[in-house]
Amino acid sequence: MPLIKNKLLTQDNWEFIADDVALNTDFNIVSLSRWEQEKTSLANQANLGLRLESDVIIKDIVDDLAHFSLIELFIPVFTDGRAYTHARLLRSRYGFTGDIRVNGDFMLDQIFYLNRVGISSYVLDEKDSAEKAIAVMSDFSDTYQESVA
Amino acid sequence: MYQYTDKDQTLINERVDQFRDQTQRFLKGEIADDKYRALRLMNGVYIQTHSPLLRVAGPYGLLSCAQIRKLASIARDYDKNFCHFTTRQNIQFNWPALERIPYILEELASVQMHAIQTSGNCLRNTTSDQLAGVAKDELEDPRPYCEIIRQWTILHPEFAYLPRKFKIAVSGSAQDRAATHFHDIGLHLVKNDAGEIGFKVLVGGGLGRTPIIGQVIRPFLEKKHLLSYLEAILRVYNIYGRRDNKYKARIKILVRETGIAEITKKVEAEWHLIKDQLEVSEQTITDMCAQFADPAYQKDLTAGADYAQQLNDNIAFKTWDKHNTAGHKTDGYRAVYVSLKAPDSPPGDCSDTQLDALAGLADSYSFGMIRATHRQNLVLADVKEADLFTLWQKLDALKLATANINSATDIICCPGIDYCGLANTSSIDIAQGINDTLDSIDYIHDLGELKINISGCMNGCAHQSVGHIGILGVDKKGVEWYQVTLGGSSENDATIGERLGPAVSKQDIVPVIKQILEVYLELRSHEDEAFLTTFRRIGVNPFKEKVYAAD
Repeated sequence: MPLIKNKLLTQDNWEFIADDVALNTDFNIVSLSRWEQEKTSLANQANLGLRLESDVIIKDIVDDLAHFSLIELFIPVFTDGRAYTHARLLRSRYGFTGDIRVNGDFMLDQIFYLNRVGISSYVLDEKDSAEKAIAVMSDFSDTYQESVA
Repeated sequence: MYQYTDKDQTLINERVDQFRDQTQRFLKGEIADDKYRALRLMNGVYIQTHSPLLRVAGPYGLLSCAQIRKLASIARDYDKNFCHFTTRQNIQFNWPALERIPYILEELASVQMHAIQTSGNCLRNTTSDQLAGVAKDELEDPRPYCEIIRQWTILHPEFAYLPRKFKIAVSGSAQDRAATHFHDIGLHLVKNDAGEIGFKVLVGGGLGRTPIIGQVIRPFLEKKHLLSYLEAILRVYNIYGRRDNKYKARIKILVRETGIAEITKKVEAEWHLIKDQLEVSEQTITDMCAQFADPAYQKDLTAGADYAQQLNDNIAFKTWDKHNTAGHKTDGYRAVYVSLKAPDSPPGDCSDTQLDALAGLADSYSFGMIRATHRQNLVLADVKEADLFTLWQKLDALKLATANINSATDIICCPGIDYCGLANTSSIDIAQGINDTLDSIDYIHDLGELKINISGCMNGCAHQSVGHIGILGVDKKGVEWYQVTLGGSSENDATIGERLGPAVSKQDIVPVIKQILEVYLELRSHEDEAFLTTFRRIGVNPFKEKVYAAD
């Protein structure tokens, strides 16, 4: 599926691996429960990503953030706005500097907000226009609130 | 009043472009129905029974003449020559065509108006006291803080997809005229023991199907922490608010289920982490207060001999003055309520010709400004006593001088099934029926202060649960029935009304209201004992006995 990263259409090297499937050599995204169970072995992986569901409490995982070069926030339904807070906290409170991507059910028209709370990459739907996804990041030229870039 | 900066104007212009693009993509089939629904709601666009409905924001109810004239022209050019003022100081158009709404938004933007976040599960329009800045019992004008909050809410990236809608109200007076106990967050300007002015913060109030009175989460908040505290509450709500059931998704349910102590703990912990990063500077507050400075009142006005004479000579004028005007902090001025509750007009509706005429009257008599009230009337806040007689005559000619403010026919009423896709029953015709029954103005005045609120469904847009008399339309197997509650109040003595008994049929509801009023007249201890006071003294039983006795 098309990936926008840092405002560019990009090749996606990452793959989410279901809990009962063996890992690739590199660029694996794992669930939080897998991470918690296999922490010792996973900790040696060079490029490791962590998928967080909406109901995660970010504070509970901050001690492990250093192990990940990517956090994927998975949005179950586009009306669930918890990922916006998760992203903001990861970036501004807990200083996560790796890639934060969103996956799941979101729409292009939400990217302006997602971009402002610190999301850096977007797994688009096949039918979505990558060009439009990048364009909507500039829908507004100014804001009242601070943005997390 | 607040004048837009270039930044404010740019943002709302860009919002118009954004919504036009979204609507065009929807009409071309590029955005799915459910996705576009969320986008249009956040621009105030509902799809109703007959057509889309557009809800325009009236920031804390304050409107300029240019804005009123624009509403009139939109009513003429895009609608059926009228608009509707809501209980949240907003303005609704009932008949716009969807594809023309972007053009309406463009027209609104030309007079510093918008429809951003007037619906949807996001931060809504901040409401306030219609007498803000002029009330005698005011500690401090709440509007500068409302505007600071307005800017913070607009396009807030983190809180655009909340579990449910979120409403904030601010009051600066001893008497709460903004129903702050029944908002997701209610803010009261208060003075602490050290003599400093700040905010008492209430959280978790709300109406709708589960009416709950807000609780104090912080007795005193320094002004500079206003936004950080709001942000902390919203962040806790966004994470912990229920998303599994839309009827349990408001913050009032989170507060009730979690308990105020635990919510307070969470909010305070979050707030301590952000309060130093999100301070409202003294300069910001000073600059904002300057935007709401007093108009150029004529000082040293003495109560004109003419005014006293006019009151003396004309009983109709005297009656109107008594019911439809309120005291003003400046000698020689009064605030004038423009009643949108004429007997033959749906509550809160205003025609294009009335709007244009009102703009003219506001220009002539009230510094060119008009306020909307949460009881669906309008206010000309700064009228010289010497001008009242002339103004009354002109309002009367426009059918805007019905002397019924805060009385039995000053009914809050939702649009009901006539317009609304959610409604179970009609409501406008019930208001009409009550008006027809109470056909003598003397009888209405004898009933004294009385707040009757009518909603056509459980969503309670007309705040029936806090009406002195509340009427709620319910559907029983396709038939319209009405549930009555008594003794509610949205003011300082916030109370949720008590149920009278089983719902009554549509044909019985108006006679039942009449019976309730008869019980009150019979049992009040003296002529000046208000309905609410009598009810609190005697309880629901005497009313119940009378209404259900015959069966």
